[in-house]
Amino acid sequence: MFRRAMADPRPEVGITIDGAAVRAREGDTVAAALLASGRDVRRRTAVSGAARLPFCMMGVCFDCLVSIDGVGNRQGCLIAVREGMRVEVQRGARQVGR
Amino acid sequence: MRRDYDVAVIGGGLLGSAIAWGLGRLDARVCVLDEGDIARRASRANFALVWVQGKGLGFPAYADWTVEGAGRWPELAEALRYQTGLDLCYERPGGFHMALSEREMEARAAVASRMAAQGAAAGIELLGRDELRRLMPQIGPDVVGASYCPMDGHVNSLRTFRAFHEGMRGLGVDYRAEAPVEAIEARPGGGFELRTPAGEMGAARVVLAAGNANERLARQVGLHAPMLPTRGQIIVTERTGRFLDHLVMTIRQTDEGSIMIGDSKEEVLEDAETTLRVGAVIADRARRIFPALARLNVVRTWSGIRVMTRDGFPIYDESTSHPGAFVACCHSGVTLAAQHAFVLAPMILAGRLDARAAPFSARRFADAPATLAA
Amino acid sequence: MSPPHESYDVVVVGAGPAGIAAATVAAEGGARTLLLDENPGPGGQVWRAIDSTPLRDEALLGADYWAGRREVERLRASPAEVIHRATVWSLDRHLEIAVSVGGGSAVLQARRVILATGAMERPFPIPGWTLPGVMTAGAAQGLLKGSGLVPDVPTVLAGQGPLLWLLAAQILRAGGRIERILETTPRLTAAALRHAPGFVLSPYFRKGLALMREVRGSVPVVRVTALEALGADRLEAVRYEAGGRHEEFAAGLLLLHQGVVPEVNLAMAAGVRHGWDEAQLCWRPETDADGQTSVPGIAIAGDGAGIGGAGAATLAGRIAGHAALTALGRDTDAAALAAARRGLRRALRGRAFLDRLYRPPDRFRIPAGDTIVCRCEEVRARDVLRAVEIGAAGPNQAKAYLRAGMGPCQGRLCGLTVTELIARARGRTPQQIGHYRLRPPVKPITLEELANLPADDEARAAVVR
Repeated sequence: MFRRAMADPRPEVGITIDGAAVRAREGDTVAAALLASGRDVRRRTAVSGAARLPFCMMGVCFDCLVSIDGVGNRQGCLIAVREGMRVEVQRGARQVGR
Repeated sequence: MRRDYDVAVIGGGLLGSAIAWGLGRLDARVCVLDEGDIARRASRANFALVWVQGKGLGFPAYADWTVEGAGRWPELAEALRYQTGLDLCYERPGGFHMALSEREMEARAAVASRMAAQGAAAGIELLGRDELRRLMPQIGPDVVGASYCPMDGHVNSLRTFRAFHEGMRGLGVDYRAEAPVEAIEARPGGGFELRTPAGEMGAARVVLAAGNANERLARQVGLHAPMLPTRGQIIVTERTGRFLDHLVMTIRQTDEGSIMIGDSKEEVLEDAETTLRVGAVIADRARRIFPALARLNVVRTWSGIRVMTRDGFPIYDESTSHPGAFVACCHSGVTLAAQHAFVLAPMILAGRLDARAAPFSARRFADAPATLAA
Repeated sequence: MSPPHESYDVVVVGAGPAGIAAATVAAEGGARTLLLDENPGPGGQVWRAIDSTPLRDEALLGADYWAGRREVERLRASPAEVIHRATVWSLDRHLEIAVSVGGGSAVLQARRVILATGAMERPFPIPGWTLPGVMTAGAAQGLLKGSGLVPDVPTVLAGQGPLLWLLAAQILRAGGRIERILETTPRLTAAALRHAPGFVLSPYFRKGLALMREVRGSVPVVRVTALEALGADRLEAVRYEAGGRHEEFAAGLLLLHQGVVPEVNLAMAAGVRHGWDEAQLCWRPETDADGQTSVPGIAIAGDGAGIGGAGAATLAGRIAGHAALTALGRDTDAAALAAARRGLRRALRGRAFLDRLYRPPDRFRIPAGDTIVCRCEEVRARDVLRAVEIGAAGPNQAKAYLRAGMGPCQGRLCGLTVTELIARARGRTPQQIGHYRLRPPVKPITLEELANLPADDEARAAVVR
């Protein structure tokens, strides 16, 4: 859906999305890295199972909820990527303890 | 346009709605006079338990009334589902009251034995830590044990509230928001005139179901409703997958998946404020009971003012100085909803509270006036 | 990093233009000042990622963006303490603040609080607006600034307002694609033109015209009167009505924008009195010339106090900073304050014209039928209307019936819509209908964070066991 506009001078950061290795850039938010990954990163809502992607990218809509390093329902648009970060797209409600 | 009703119910919370819906089913012409959008509305703030355990300690008639009310919940849920299509998600998984210290466990044991001694129908079992763990492996190391009552259940109380309001509309009950009753006057020759900012209403009978405001209204019609409200705070988490099959008095998982955690009993009566310190204690106890909840996100907190009579037990009464004026006050608008709809409403329409309501007369208070009939 | 102290003279919330200016002035004036911000770096939305953006060619994001660098440098040179990734989730009338940083929360006491929580994009509740592939224009702009990302699927921009044109120009300059712009502004009305003389004198005028010219040169613009996002599990097409005809346009990305509105949740939860602003169609806190609200000690500066744009926000932030110093009994630079007040008047010139010109039409604010109103709880317009039929006098009763506004966004994306829907259904004004009652936490925090806060014996005694 999105591509990097130009040669990006920022250092690469390696993360995994649903177990697959993805190269993001230092300074990317998790939500930006997901949208730039070219992967299907649609989450499913806890209410009806409807498909969603990030909507506002500024911390208000909570449509970017994602599991990061084993903790569910994090706001992907407010959290910067870190080397080795494990990101999982959530399908339905978060489970207690994860 | 002025209208006259058979019954005017003052208050559109769970208690008033249950009575009005019950009256509507009996083809009475009913209006419900309610406050506006911002109101101290316990029905929007409650914890949604259909709770039997320990209720009526020192008041056996209340214990029996509660057991009967809980027992009729399936019938109520079915009637509302049939009429409105709304699933109230009534369940009776049994309820635990957790103890986080030996002292708390002793308090549980005392309640259990006193209830048994007064011959309560709802038995309370005491479970030690190991027994409890077999039923609920999620408990944390600080849990010493629990009391348990198989009759405890819960429901979706907001959907119940909505179902009563949908149901009232379907039955032709006139629900009027933004019409708080300012004054009730007896008409010569019987019946009442009710003054509200939305105009005047006439009714042959009037039911006070205005929560803590009943205290003020009761005086106008020779009734007595001494109230002693307290504040409670509730914390609710995001929706999660199924975690709790059972019910804990202060922790429940809703049908939608949220975990609700309550509750406090504070003497402050400002319902627009929650306090961080009380929230911290509630949250800390919840995580000691179920450590896995620690990392869930809290999405909302709120506080509500409990409708509580001075001795904590319900008041149902009628006036001799103002025939046709009734009062209903109770803390357990959810637990007792079926009693109010199926038992109390017909008595009101008949114009006479019968023997089942008699034990709940406010005559039990030393300062009761001489105008109480029940 | 949690705040190094438990109490501050001034706590500023939000590091956009207003917050940066307020914190800078307060700290330079000698007040112990803390600036708390939710984002990874300073800048807010307008100057998002100003430290870290990969788009170093200054022509790309434009001079207004890079103007933020000077403000950030001045902040850094001041003694203000700044903490990023810090979410303020509670503020009360005693000026006690709870803030979440790095998974833990701290409670702070402030003598003065300046809220600079800025704006959010107005909800744009059209059919299909929850589909993957439908985003706000601000979201796309954030991706551009923060990560240098541009759309690479067929893209439609829809809506109105200066940001829409700015974004279009920025995407095009960065080599991104835009197939079409669907303009929802009604034709210029006499009412708007009455305010035009003020606008011609405003800084927006020339810039706005230049942007529109730049974009119209390469993207077809269609004026539309209805808009719908189509697709099963993702956006597949945009349907619109133009000149009485319905058309469908295949698209993978639809960027919506119809202006911005104050982000009021924290201020409302703190008990700040708000009123309905009929010109800007939103809630707006009651503030005086210094930004002081109805709650003593709490001021609001910038777009959070009513939309005025970045230039006005910087000046309002300075004024609030000076006012805080005065309230603390400190000397302030009277000449600088007077200059800020003059500047603010100038910056707000032409705002009335923009408000009239870009007043979003009812049909794009007040939905009907199956259109989702509350994205979190998936509540539809017809559900809200039914709630009114069975007795909801306002949003709080509707919330109890429907769960609208009970999700994690806490009513931010549905509040205005629900109020306006109920107002129209009941024939009342939004002011009469009111807003959701908001309470902390205004952003989710973990149960553990709450549990770890300090408690006292009174609180322990209050909890049932």
